[in-house]
Amino acid sequence: MATSTVFVALFIFALIMLVFAPVMTWVERKQSALMQDRIGANRAEIFGFKALGLIHPLADVIKMITKEDTMPAGAHRLVHLISPFIAVTPAMISFAVIPYGGTYEMWGAKFSLVVADLDYGVLYLFAIGSIATYGSMLAGWAGNNNWGMLGSIRVSAQMISYEVALGVTVIGLFMIFGTLRLTDMGVLQQDTFRVFGFMKYLGWVSPDARWVDWITLPMWGIVLQPLPFFMFLTALMAENKRAPFDTPEGESEIVAGYFIEYSGMKFGLYMMGEWVEVVVISGLLTAMFLGGWSLPWLAESDLIAFLSPKFGANIANLIAMILAVHVFIGKVVALIFFQMLIRWSMPRFRYDQVMNLGWKILLPLSLANIFLTAVGILVVQKVTGS
Amino acid sequence: MKLAGLLTPQFWVFWIFSSAAVAGAAGVVGNVRNPINSALSLVVSMLALAGLYVLLEAQFVGLIQVMVYAGAIVVLFLFVIMLLNLRGSGASGAELQPLTKLVGTGLVVLGTLFLVRVLATGRAPWPDVDPSYGTTRAIGEALYSDYVLSVQVAGVLLLAGILAAVVLAKKKVD
Repeated sequence: MATSTVFVALFIFALIMLVFAPVMTWVERKQSALMQDRIGANRAEIFGFKALGLIHPLADVIKMITKEDTMPAGAHRLVHLISPFIAVTPAMISFAVIPYGGTYEMWGAKFSLVVADLDYGVLYLFAIGSIATYGSMLAGWAGNNNWGMLGSIRVSAQMISYEVALGVTVIGLFMIFGTLRLTDMGVLQQDTFRVFGFMKYLGWVSPDARWVDWITLPMWGIVLQPLPFFMFLTALMAENKRAPFDTPEGESEIVAGYFIEYSGMKFGLYMMGEWVEVVVISGLLTAMFLGGWSLPWLAESDLIAFLSPKFGANIANLIAMILAVHVFIGKVVALIFFQMLIRWSMPRFRYDQVMNLGWKILLPLSLANIFLTAVGILVVQKVTGS
Repeated sequence: MKLAGLLTPQFWVFWIFSSAAVAGAAGVVGNVRNPINSALSLVVSMLALAGLYVLLEAQFVGLIQVMVYAGAIVVLFLFVIMLLNLRGSGASGAELQPLTKLVGTGLVVLGTLFLVRVLATGRAPWPDVDPSYGTTRAIGEALYSDYVLSVQVAGVLLLAGILAAVVLAKKKVD
């Protein structure tokens, strides 16, 4: 990497992701309004322009920044001050390892569409996620408020519990792909496999039966590991503490939970952290389970090889890069909508139900999945003889 | 000390992380009155150590350091401190014995002498290591081929610990 020019579109990507958070407040309002047969945000206006309520995020930000920033009596001042930053930073820096495209060579330069291509990419995300616990946990304690304290205890127990399930759920996927590097996973998921290919190996059909070669599926994580996709999504949503897993902030029981004593932009940072995390969750699921930046049945190398004779290698790479970024963002947006759909469809779980789901359902299922995946890999190796 | 040694990024990263680690460790011991501050200093120290591991090309160990020590164990410490509500009471009764003070001072002096000796004799160059060194794959292969028995034994030991905790806790509940 040192010899070639590595272009990291960090700035542009960070900009897009930071814009995502405020816009998502609007998306959430409008989507919930649609689901509940209301109109939703439509009041804020600049000179009569309402832009479907898109002014609302701007108004929200101005309100947050100009609000009084209170410091409760008896609070631990330093911890109260830094907690929102501890909460929001992990969500922000998680983007570093999520690839939104492959590596493209154009006009002698190498363009790599991931900020940090780490060998231990997924582990990095888990480590960063485990630090995020502090932001929420210390917030409730530092404010010297009993509701906040209860929220703190709930949030730390919930996040630690789901971290276990989170890590164990995807081990099956690591076993299949044999890597923790998210860019490698993206490339591996561009392959396809023959659904009925095993029939040839077992001699059930003749070796030159053509139809077997035609029926293929992409090697996406969700195809190879369908159940872990949903378990991983569940664990991630529980880590993010949004409804239906928002017991730590349950308004009707403990008022607002761990961030009860925050006002203004510090409260805003908690909200922003949650929304940015929704985007991170979508990006991570896309990279690990939904084929990353590629379209199904269309390997990027094939596309470049197909386009190169027509337009030249540079333009072909450029087209592939633009396509990759759009495909990736398209998948992310679809997953964001899916998460919001869940958020507005389900009532809040009771606290013991959240704990039972994590320890008694997700963890045993993911352990069983490791075993079954290992058996599956052995069977495939035996049958194909590789 | 040569100027070239000052200009490498490793030099600066090393000093930033090692000072943070030492400062964090001092904070753990120094905050006698407020246990939360002690625990937070411990987090700083753990994170700085993780940075040092990554600097030594042991990325996997560094990541696990963050995940296990900073992300889980100290969180449990904080959990206990919060549940007991040890909120800087001041009356912690942590008055040190004269002998402890003497031993502590002696250790600090010895440590300083050792540090001066190390600094005076120059430093070893950064070792050139194989790119695969310290990667997840290398560690996984080592753990599950050369040291597979140790891994199994450690696993059984941890399982025994978990079961013991459940049995002890259950007795209290019943």
